[in-house]
Amino acid sequence: MTTFILKRIAAMFFVLFSISVLVFLIFFATPGVDPAARIAGRNADQLTLQQVRASFELDKPIPLRYLSMMNHLFVSQDLTSYVNRGAKVLPQLTQAIPATLSLVFGAAIIWLLVGIFMGIAAASSKRKWMDPTISFLGIVGISLPVYWLGEVVNLITQSKLHNSVFRWVPPLGYIPLTQNPWQWFLHLIFPWLTLALLYAGIYIRVLRSEILTVMREDYIKTERAKGAGEKRILYKHATRMSLITIVSLFGLDFGALVGGSALLTEVVFGIQGVGKLTFSALQNFDLPLIMATVMYASFFVVLANAVVDILYAVLDPRVRRV
Amino acid sequence: MSINEPASVTLSESPGKIALRTLARDRRSWISLSILGVILLLALIAPFYASSIAHTDPFKSTLNATISVGGVTRQVLEPSTEGLGLGITPIGPTGRPGAYFLGADNQGRDVAARLLYGARNTLFIGVSAALVTILLSLLIGLIAGYRRGFVDSVLSRLLDVIWAFPVYLLSISLSVVLLTSGLSLGFIHFGPGSIALPIFIIGIVYIPYVARPIRGQVLALREREFVRAAVGSGAKHSTIIFREILPNVLPSVLVFIPIMFALAMLTESALSFLSIGVQPPQASWGTIINDGLGLLYTRPIVALAPGLLIVLTAASLNLFGDAVRDGLDPKTRPRGDS
Repeated sequence: MTTFILKRIAAMFFVLFSISVLVFLIFFATPGVDPAARIAGRNADQLTLQQVRASFELDKPIPLRYLSMMNHLFVSQDLTSYVNRGAKVLPQLTQAIPATLSLVFGAAIIWLLVGIFMGIAAASSKRKWMDPTISFLGIVGISLPVYWLGEVVNLITQSKLHNSVFRWVPPLGYIPLTQNPWQWFLHLIFPWLTLALLYAGIYIRVLRSEILTVMREDYIKTERAKGAGEKRILYKHATRMSLITIVSLFGLDFGALVGGSALLTEVVFGIQGVGKLTFSALQNFDLPLIMATVMYASFFVVLANAVVDILYAVLDPRVRRV
Repeated sequence: MSINEPASVTLSESPGKIALRTLARDRRSWISLSILGVILLLALIAPFYASSIAHTDPFKSTLNATISVGGVTRQVLEPSTEGLGLGITPIGPTGRPGAYFLGADNQGRDVAARLLYGARNTLFIGVSAALVTILLSLLIGLIAGYRRGFVDSVLSRLLDVIWAFPVYLLSISLSVVLLTSGLSLGFIHFGPGSIALPIFIIGIVYIPYVARPIRGQVLALREREFVRAAVGSGAKHSTIIFREILPNVLPSVLVFIPIMFALAMLTESALSFLSIGVQPPQASWGTIINDGLGLLYTRPIVALAPGLLIVLTAASLNLFGDAVRDGLDPKTRPRGDS
């Protein structure tokens, strides 16, 4: 078991290293891309370009630049932005994290509750209309572009019905929890619901099909033959087994969202989170900031992957041999 | 009769035929295919609609145009009546066939005509990106699963790296870079605004999602008796891969097509919405939503209509995907049917 965990952690660092190299190459070594021209602005003359190159160390060889950037990011932690010269990158990132965490946590609670409740209902209900209806909702959930749904929500709550039903909805933005918990909640309620709808769709579908698969297993037949009640079989056996899949799926989704996949939701609802920070960094070609946010994002995803794998190995000894 | 075919003649139908029959009986496949058919038709008639029904050029800004609606001449871009009365409001839906059926965007372009042209790009990018993903995944999955050992390790680590990169972050990073520089792949060059770029980018980022399960299947098939028998009898690698293994992974590959199509389409629309996908003056449903953003509170139809089309198309594809999956997987088939 220890060897498995150690191997998994080694693999994790390998992936993180590769991602840092990959991102660096995408932005510095793609043919035709000249970061200096980006920084210097349009129609900059050769002299300016050379000054920019020297001052941003862009004239040094790529491996050296990579090492220097990693050194500033992880060791001395004083990496500064290319766009706002002198502005440190890491504080910007840490300031953005609470907003993203608030958004993702709230949405996760909603989608887990809805997904599990409706997934079980779809797989088990005796009522004939229940399964097709819930499955249809699941399909709509996974087919909605989240940014568009956000716009529709804004249209309704900020404009069309803002003077009647949704008078209480505050303008777009984010209020920190520590500053005013009630306003925090009010500002986030619609972003939560929007983000949760998409994932609820996925979880409903996964849980439903998992339960139906488990219900065909031999040991369920044995249970039935032994005279166990249908309720007991559904909750004690089928749902419990299926939840393992849900837990691993949740680990990955949560990691990706905290890492910046909530970008579209953040952009649409004006939440200054990691996703929005990453997007503006990308638009400005602010490479140090991109490097920091992407490393942070992939760290979460890779960590979530590793945790899920190790949990699996704990639960299922067969996996350890791989 | 070759050795590969079953000796017994009583097996009357191939699995493929059974799957097709199940699919044909499934109400979901008919509903989804009809919706997709209508949308495809709309995309095909785009030039005809623009030239013969709406009489407009959906790619040209027409800032001073006027049209006559029910005998009244109106400006396409009317001075705003809301707020301070500054700025302009494009004409809303006229509600009658002809020009500006769904109104104009803030450059005076016909929204309905742009939607139809946008459908072409959105559908084309979606299906092409899905095919790129699936073909490359199939190649990687077959090689990694069949060769095993070192080759498998390298390919799997590569997939791990892409997998650990959140899809949207990777596709946005690639788009930001490639949209300014274009992409040169040896002798082929894609210019900065080319729609080949989103196809390439979206095609790449989803590879791990498809390649990983295929590799797993190939690994498992490699151990099966019939493959071992083929190896033992001295068959060529290519023969084993194409005649023994490929037909067995094909069902899961087919299941992936509609799902990946939907995913690729949603990703393209998100990239275009962030204005790093399809570039103006070209349109896609995502870019039209973006155009409609500034008009959200005055002319919501500009942003609403393309979104509804995206949902309708993606939902049909997913529904069809469910039907295909159930048709190909004997376990989920209703009893007495197989």
